Amino acid sequence: MSDKSVQNCSDGQDWIYTDEVREHFFFPKNILFDEANYNADGFGVVGSAECGDAMNVWIKVDPDTKRILECKWRTFGCASAIAAASMMSIMATENGGMTMEMAQKLKPEQIVERLGGLPDRKFHCSVLGHKALRNAVLDYLKNAK
Amino acid sequence: MNIMNEGIRVYLDNASTTPIDSEVLLNMTKNLSKNYGNPSSLHLEGRLSKKLINQSRQAIARVINADAKEIIFTSGGTESDNLAILGIARANKHSGRHIITSKIEHKAIIDACKVLEQEGFSVTYLDVDKNGLISINALKSSIKPDTILVSIMYANNEIGSIQPIKEIAGVLKKMDSQKPIFHTDACQAAVSLDIDVTKLGVDSMTISSSKIYGPKGVGCLYVKNGIKIAPQIVGGGQEGGLRSGTENSALIGGFADALTLANKKRVNDNQKIVELRDYFMNEILSKIKNVYINGGMEYRLPNNLNLSIKGVEGESLILMMDHYGIACSTGSACSSSDLNPSHVLMALKIPIDLAHCSVRFTLGRYTTKQEIDYTIKTLVKCVARIRSMSSIL
Repeated sequence: MSDKSVQNCSDGQDWIYTDEVREHFFFPKNILFDEANYNADGFGVVGSAECGDAMNVWIKVDPDTKRILECKWRTFGCASAIAAASMMSIMATENGGMTMEMAQKLKPEQIVERLGGLPDRKFHCSVLGHKALRNAVLDYLKNAK
Repeated sequence: MNIMNEGIRVYLDNASTTPIDSEVLLNMTKNLSKNYGNPSSLHLEGRLSKKLINQSRQAIARVINADAKEIIFTSGGTESDNLAILGIARANKHSGRHIITSKIEHKAIIDACKVLEQEGFSVTYLDVDKNGLISINALKSSIKPDTILVSIMYANNEIGSIQPIKEIAGVLKKMDSQKPIFHTDACQAAVSLDIDVTKLGVDSMTISSSKIYGPKGVGCLYVKNGIKIAPQIVGGGQEGGLRSGTENSALIGGFADALTLANKKRVNDNQKIVELRDYFMNEILSKIKNVYINGGMEYRLPNNLNLSIKGVEGESLILMMDHYGIACSTGSACSSSDLNPSHVLMALKIPIDLAHCSVRFTLGRYTTKQEIDYTIKTLVKCVARIRSMSSIL
């Protein structure tokens, strides 16, 4: 029991998720249901069940433009982890798809911003999408060699 | 997936808090408006308030087979637990500075013990087995000459395990030298188990009104006559100087009514609830694969069901179930303020990935078969949905 100073009782500790998070939790986009019949160009994993969040990402890359055509995922995690994965997959493929360079530079802050924010304590543990995407890109680059 | 909510609500989180009984509420509402006097005042308004408190104290004493003078009204379970641990330890520190408790106590006990550790007390936190029960032998061997207090919860809030309170009291009674004071947190037990303090053999016991279909914000601590205890809230000297602050007579009245009612309904309620709980559990086990029951079934509260559904993270499940009108809870780290999985599930040595997938359903007096059937149907749907997007199967 450490001494505490007066804090604002609602200093980011609220459980209220934004509408955007709710929307992506209930209607997640780009989940890969049938892994066996999906020929991905790159595959990335991050996290583990022990830490509460584990995510798989599969990407397909346009052979000519070298941009991400499809970004699919499956994740074990809380509502914000699912919403963040869904949002990441949209960001990776929108506007003609990200280049490999853009995908490797995607930051968790950008995902959270598009979700309209997350409770403070959820930020670091539940936003894994950018890391899984980075691993999928590395896998693609390795395969492409 | 259709996420239109049809307005159904099924409340299966009665261990968290219970709805208020309508009869209790009716009486309490009357008292809230009419019985506004300060119980310490000498005028009629004050005397009427005082009378209500005294009657309530006697009613509670009757249920738990104690003397009215042995009941201290507090703001609820947490305050009663804090008062028991801090108050008894601080008042008896000249006799010793060792305390024994368990690893699955409510945080109101554990964190009070942590405060005492900083004051120079030493605390033994007893392990529990996979059924959530402490070992009497481990308790015996942890008693030292300077053990002044033993605090073991009657029934656990997360997994509903019921500790052998009488047996513990028996062990302590047999000690020929200094007998440690025995406190039990009966917050979860009060609505469904026998809370006769003489039969149990406890020196101190916590009861919360909010878990027994009474109002929130009130509870009591039973302290056996002759036990030394130091007040933790000081001021006007109410409650025999052990808990200062103007009493809320209407809440106290509601609490006493709720406890009296719970005592009367106990046997019938338990029978109905345990049947529903077992039906619910068997249906889940037959309809959903890879489900693990957390804690043992033999010594367990009739209303508690705690299970881990592999691959289905608890917070996700709770939010989805809530969306379909079902209130339940989880021990998953993702839903806790400190992002640690439940200390109770960790003490049971449940693998951490399964602790993340835990869900607790606690039935209540008003739970119906129709509600359970709807919950089973919804759970099957939500589990399939979450598993379809899970990376762990």
